[in-house]
This record gives sequence, C-alpha cells and structure tokens, in this order.
Amino acid sequence: MITLYSPMNEKDVRGLRIGQVVHIKGTVITGRDEMHMRALSSKKAPEELNNSTLFHCGPIMVSDNNEWKVIAAGPTTSARMNSMEAEMITRFKIRAVIGKGGMDDRTLKAMKDVGCVYLAAIGGAAVSLAEGLSEVKGVIWEDLGMAEAMWIFDASQFGPLVVAMDAHGNSIYKDVNAKVKRTMERIQS
Amino acid sequence: MIRMPIPLEDVVVNLLRLANTKLPDDVGWALEAAASWETNEIAYSQLGGIMDNMKKAEFTGRPMCQDTGIPVFYVSGKIDASIEEGIREGLKKATPLIPLRPNTVHPLTRKNSGDNLGDGMPIIHYRPTDGDFTEITVLPKGAGSENMTRLAMLNPADGADGIKKFIVSAVLEAGGRPCPPTIVGVGIGGTSDKCVEMAKEALLRPTDSVNENDEERELEDELFTILNSSGLGPMGLGGDTTVLRVHVKTGYCHTASLPVAVNLNCWAARRATVRIMKDGTAEYRQ
Repeated sequence: MITLYSPMNEKDVRGLRIGQVVHIKGTVITGRDEMHMRALSSKKAPEELNNSTLFHCGPIMVSDNNEWKVIAAGPTTSARMNSMEAEMITRFKIRAVIGKGGMDDRTLKAMKDVGCVYLAAIGGAAVSLAEGLSEVKGVIWEDLGMAEAMWIFDASQFGPLVVAMDAHGNSIYKDVNAKVKRTMERIQS
Repeated sequence: MIRMPIPLEDVVVNLLRLANTKLPDDVGWALEAAASWETNEIAYSQLGGIMDNMKKAEFTGRPMCQDTGIPVFYVSGKIDASIEEGIREGLKKATPLIPLRPNTVHPLTRKNSGDNLGDGMPIIHYRPTDGDFTEITVLPKGAGSENMTRLAMLNPADGADGIKKFIVSAVLEAGGRPCPPTIVGVGIGGTSDKCVEMAKEALLRPTDSVNENDEERELEDELFTILNSSGLGPMGLGGDTTVLRVHVKTGYCHTASLPVAVNLNCWAARRATVRIMKDGTAEYRQ
C-alpha cells in the first residue's frame, strides 16, 4: 500500500502509475461545480488551491458547538467539471484530483503537462471515506452551500484510491472504454 | 408489543432514516452475488469497499452516501389532502436531524433552499386504492445516476432491436458516472412523461423478484448478460459487474410511437416503505 503525503510534489506524482492503490495523509480540499466556477473567475483565489489535492465532493457536515464534523463524504461525478479542470490544474498546479467516473482528454493532457494524477474513490462509500478525513481545518466560500463550499480537511488515512489517470497520459477509463466500445459495436451490427 | 400512534411527520423522518442508512437486503445480496463471480481485481476491491461502507452506515446510523438525493415519494391506499403537508414537514425535520444534505436549489439562481424543499419539491406520486391504511414508499434519488437518464421516441419500425441498442448505449455511455454496478430501470411505451415515470418505478421492484411478464423478463435477462459482458465494471474501472439487475416496465402507447426511457439507480439503491394503519401506528419494511 502506498501512502501519499499531501500537499504532494511533482516528483511524487510523476512516480505514480495507473492501477496502483494509494491512501492520502495530509491536506485535502473539496470542490465541485460552483467552487470551480468561482476559483476560475476570482482575481485572487485562496492560497489553499495551490498544489492542492482536490476532492470532487459535496460532503454532509454538521456543526457541533461551532466545530465542524464530517458525516459522509464520497466522491461526486468528476465529468461535470471536464470543461474547467484543465485550467484549474494549470493555474493552481493541482497535484491530485479525486473523484469518480474519470475525466476527459483535455484534463489528461493537463495532468501530463503539469504533473497531476486522477485518483478514483469508491462512489457512494461515504461513511468509510469520511472516517479518513479526520479533522476539519476550515471552510472557504461557505455561501455556496454545504455541498458546493470548499472544505479543508486534514486526512489521517484517506482511501483506498485507485490511480486511474496518471501523469504520463495513461488512463484506466480509456482502456476500459476501448473494450466497452467493442461490445457496443457487436450490438449495433 | 404495544404500538403507539405517531405523527405523520415523524413517520416520514423514520422512513427517510431507514432508507438512507440501511440498504434493502435484496440489494446487499445482489452485491454479494456479484462479488462471487467477479474476476477483475480492482472490481473485486471496489465491491468489497461498497459492502464495507454499507455495514458501517448501518452500524453508525449515518447516510451510506453523502448524496442523500431528491426523495421521490409514492403514496398509495387511503389518501387525504393533509398527507403532502406531513411529508414536507417530515422532510424538513429530517434534513438536520439524520442529517440529509440540503440538495434542492432554484434551477436558475442555483440558490439552495437549505431544507430540501422548494417549488415542486419533494416529488410525490399519488395512487389511491381501497383499504383503510396508507402506504408511503420513498426512493432517495442521487444526481449521479439521475443525470444519466435517457428518453428516446423511437419509430415503431425500430422494434425490439432498436430498443435493445438504445438501452445498451444509454448504460454504457454513462460509464462510471452513475456509480455502477447500477440497477437499470427501463420504461417502454406510454407517452414521453409516462415512459420516464415507468422507468423510475421499475427501480422500486426488489432485485430478487421475478418478473411475471414473459416479454419483459426475457428482455431483462438478455440485457443483463449483454451489459455485464461489456467490461465496464464497478465505477467504470473495468470488470464483470456493470449492472445488478435490469427491470423493465411496459405500458400501451400510441400506434405511431415507441417511447423508451432508461433511469439508472446507483448501487446504493435505497428505498423504504411504511404502512400507516387506521389507528395511526406504523409498520416499516424494505
């Protein structure tokens, strides 16, 4: 089992290959549609974005005596952010994107150029994944609502995550799609 | 056992808690069966992670998925006008209590109502029947699977072949986005709106139930085999388990029409039912 320490550096990220299983220790931030839109339109975006480990997730949070606690935090569908992720990775040097379902070729290229990986979390495994996000360090852009805000976590043992797109242009999704396409062609004929 | 009548809004809170924290047994069995035939290593570990999470959610009383969805309610039996208010109040109360994630926003301003209510929310279908009890079934529907819904108004000449091609494309093009292994709800016939409604209702059927309709069952079995031989696998990462079941529901349609709809449910195929008796007591089941 591989443990990655976040924030990660480019060298660590480039050492990863598709198919490997990893856990993360350190800072993890969340962001989905609204957070991406705001980050890209901000003149001065929060520092937390730089070199970040970005989790596509809208968690369930509760405030207990003014202290935030995470209840459930599984990945959301990453493809919704396809049109924005390449620019996010390039602008903020994001080192890892965590989500489900994979992302498009533009994102894969940006990952190769900048040094970033896509880590697949188990969709819907929200209680298990929340256990690994042990501490809530803060929240930015809370006005976007619980699901869309940027939550900052200190992870003790976040995972398991599968390296599904690496910084060398490889993607598990591309390999699987080629196989799936053959089934489709068989049906269509 | 002494049973006490409880207010409708509290019945709804209990119903939502049951649906969100405990997966119906038949869905758990379908996942276990899938793991037993899965040959892909990554896929096997994904299924293991899913079952692990399912148990943790049940033991801790937390929602199994952070996307607690849009609850779709189906009300049958004896229905009076107060039921809608009871459901709304129950959902509002359940949101901070369970907790559920506040998911409903205005479609244009994207402003979140904070309580899972809003114009047109929640969705409630009414089907009054004879009897002195009321039944409410809830289907919490996450956006990952709901966003992959497809409707095609096919030509009658497209026939069974056209129907199969459309369904297979809809499931495979969705890839890992709806959190496979999915349950595939298929509606065939009706009008466009009725067709999508049937596809969603097909998801309510337990996965271990047998479809008594021969044509529907044969189509379900054929699609199940085709889809699971596709190689898409759990979360779209490859493997033998792409769907847990295919459920087909048909209805008569116009002679010039052939509507087909696909509505997917993620592996977290949540549902729960309550029967509210004449004396105000309630019985829950999944």
